[in-house]
Amino acid sequence: MSVIDARGLSKTYGDLTAVDGVDLTVEQGETVGVLGPNGAGKTTLLEMVEGLRQPDAGEVSVLGEPVWPRNKRLQPRIGVQLQASSFFERLTAREQIHTFAALYRAPATAADEWLERVGLEEKADTRVEDLSGGQGQRLSIACALVHDPELVFLDEPTSALDPQARRNLWDLLSDINDAGRTVVLTTHHMDEAEVLCDRVAIMDHGRVLELGTPTALVRSLDAPTRITVAPGVVPVEEARQIPAVTEVRETADGTVLTTRDPAGVVAALGERQRLDGVTVHTGTLEDVFLALTGREYRA
Amino acid sequence: MSISGSPFWALSVAILRGFLRDRASVFFALVFPLMFLVLFGGLLGDQGTSKVDMIKVGDVALVDELPDDAREAFDETFEVEESDDLEAAIDTVRKGDADVALEQRGDVVVAHYTQTDQVRAGITQGTLRAFVDGANVAASGQPPRFDLRTERVEDDSLTTIQFVTPGLLGWAVAMSAAFGAAATLQGWRQSKLLRRLQLAPVSTRTVVAARIAVTLTVALAQLAIFLGLGAAAFGLTLSGTWWMAIPLVVVGTLCFMAIGLLAGAITRTAEGAVNMSNFIVLPMAFLSGSFFPLDVAPEWMQRLSDALPLKHLNEGMLDVMVRGEGASAALAPLAVLAGFAVVVTLAAAKLFRWETT
Repeated sequence: MSVIDARGLSKTYGDLTAVDGVDLTVEQGETVGVLGPNGAGKTTLLEMVEGLRQPDAGEVSVLGEPVWPRNKRLQPRIGVQLQASSFFERLTAREQIHTFAALYRAPATAADEWLERVGLEEKADTRVEDLSGGQGQRLSIACALVHDPELVFLDEPTSALDPQARRNLWDLLSDINDAGRTVVLTTHHMDEAEVLCDRVAIMDHGRVLELGTPTALVRSLDAPTRITVAPGVVPVEEARQIPAVTEVRETADGTVLTTRDPAGVVAALGERQRLDGVTVHTGTLEDVFLALTGREYRA
Repeated sequence: MSISGSPFWALSVAILRGFLRDRASVFFALVFPLMFLVLFGGLLGDQGTSKVDMIKVGDVALVDELPDDAREAFDETFEVEESDDLEAAIDTVRKGDADVALEQRGDVVVAHYTQTDQVRAGITQGTLRAFVDGANVAASGQPPRFDLRTERVEDDSLTTIQFVTPGLLGWAVAMSAAFGAAATLQGWRQSKLLRRLQLAPVSTRTVVAARIAVTLTVALAQLAIFLGLGAAAFGLTLSGTWWMAIPLVVVGTLCFMAIGLLAGAITRTAEGAVNMSNFIVLPMAFLSGSFFPLDVAPEWMQRLSDALPLKHLNEGMLDVMVRGEGASAALAPLAVLAGFAVVVTLAAAKLFRWETT
C-alpha cells in the first residue's frame, strides 16, 4: 500500500491554476522531493495532500485514510513543517518543542531527545526569535518529528539559508527517514534534491513534468558529458584527436571536451599524462529542468 | 511514560508566557492604566472645590452683619478680600484673579461675577441668594417655616478614586482583551502557526478555550491589582456587592476579545490589528466615561455611549463597586455585554480567514 496516493489533483484560484491534474504516489520509507521554481504549485500540492486544502478535483489518500475533511485519525501519524517561523512567540527552543510534544501527547523525553538530535541542546534556553535561520529550521523540523510520525512533510526546509547552513542541515535531513519513515519535501534547490531524495517530481506551472530517481532523470536526458582539464594541460589539436570527443572548447576554467564516452576519454587522457585538474560534469537536474521546460532554472 | 501535559494546558502556558514576555503588552495591559489610576487618584485625589475668591468693595451690610453661625458657613464658601476701588475690583474679576466682586447699593447687593468657571459662578449666585433670602427672613422677624438639610446619597468616603477606579479598570480590561485577541490571531496567521495547529490533533475549541483562559486570567489579575493598589495607596473602599465586578469583568473580557477578533479578521497584519483595536477602544473609553464621568457630558454623548459596550461595563462596575447598589444592578450590563459578545463573535467568525492570502 502506498503511503501517499494522489490522483488527478487540481486547484484553481480565480484565473490561476495552481495545481493541474497531478498524480503522485509515494511508497513507505521513500524520500520524495517536489522540485520547482517559486509559484510552480509545490506548496499548494503539499497542502492538498496534508489535508489543509480541499482539491477542486481529484482524490488523495494518506496512509490508507482520506485526508479531507480534517481527519483526526491521520493527524497523529503525520508531521508537518510549514515554515521556520511557525512558532509560539517568545518561547525558548525547549518550551517550544515541549509545547508541540504536549499537543501531540508525546512524551516529554522525546522533546528533549529531538532537541539534542538536531544539535540545539545548547540553544535550549534561547528564545525562538533569537535563533539563527539554520537553528530555527532545525527546531521546526524537530517539532515536526517529536511525536515520531510515519510520514513527514517539509516545506522548503532549507530556504533562506546560506550554503553552509544548508549543507549542515542535509546531514540531519538525510537521517530522518530512518525506521521506515516516509519524507516528502519541497525545494527549489536542484543540488538538494539530488543529494537527499530517492525520487524527484519536477513541477512547473502546476504540473508534474517528470517523476523519477535523480539518476534516471539525468540519464533519460541523454546529455553528453563534459570533461574539463586545467588550462594548457592539453593542446586543443591533440584533444580533438582523442576518439569519441565531439567538441573541444577553451574556457577560463580550462579545456572542455564534450563526449558520450567519458570513460574512454578519461582513459585516453590518462595515457597521455594529461589529467591535471580534471573534472567530469555528467549533467544535473538543472539540465533536466532546462530540457523539460526549455528555459533556464530560476530558483 | 511521562506526558508533557494536556494540549489545553500546554497551549495556555505557551500563550501566557508569550504575553508576560512581551513588554509592550504588559505595559499596555497593566502599567499604562495604573499610571492613569495614580495620576487621577493621587493628583486629583482632593477634588473638593476650593473657596470662591470674593472682593468686598466698601461696606456690605449683608456680609458685615452676619450672625455667627451664618458667618461660619459664609467663610467656608468665600475667601474675602477687601477693596475700596470698584473699577479695579471688577477688572480683577474679569482677568480671572477673583471670582466675584461684591458691593452694596442701598438695599441692593450687587455681585459682579465671571462666567468663565460655570461651577463657581453657580455656587456664587446660589450661595449669595441664600444669604440674601436668609437676611430677608431674619429682617421680617418671622421664624423660617421650612428648613433644608442636605444628605449625599453616596457613602461618606466617596472620593475621586471611587469614581475613576471602575472606569479605568474597564478601559484596561477592554484594551488588553481586544489587543490580545487581535494580535494573537494576526501573529499566528502570519507565522502560519494557525495552519500548523490545524494540522495537529487539537480541536479549534481547545485553541480558542486556551486563548480565552489566558485573557480571563490577565483580566482578573488586572482587577486584583487595581483594587489592591486603589485600596492600599488611595483609600479605595468597596461597597458590599463589589464581587459582582468579577462576572462583569469576565463577560466584558469576552465581549472585547470578540471585538479584537473582529479587528484581527478584517486587518492583514498584526500591527494593523493592534492599531484597529486601539482605534476602536480608545475613543470608546472616552465616550464611555473611563476618563471622566459621563454625568457632565452633553446629552447626545450620553445617548451615543449607550450603544457602546464599555459604557455598560463601566456603569455596571460603578454600581456594584462604589455606588453600593445591589448585585442585581449588574444583571442588565451583563446581558448587554453578553449580547455584544455574541453578535461581534458571529461577525468575526463570518469574516475569519485561516490565511492572509
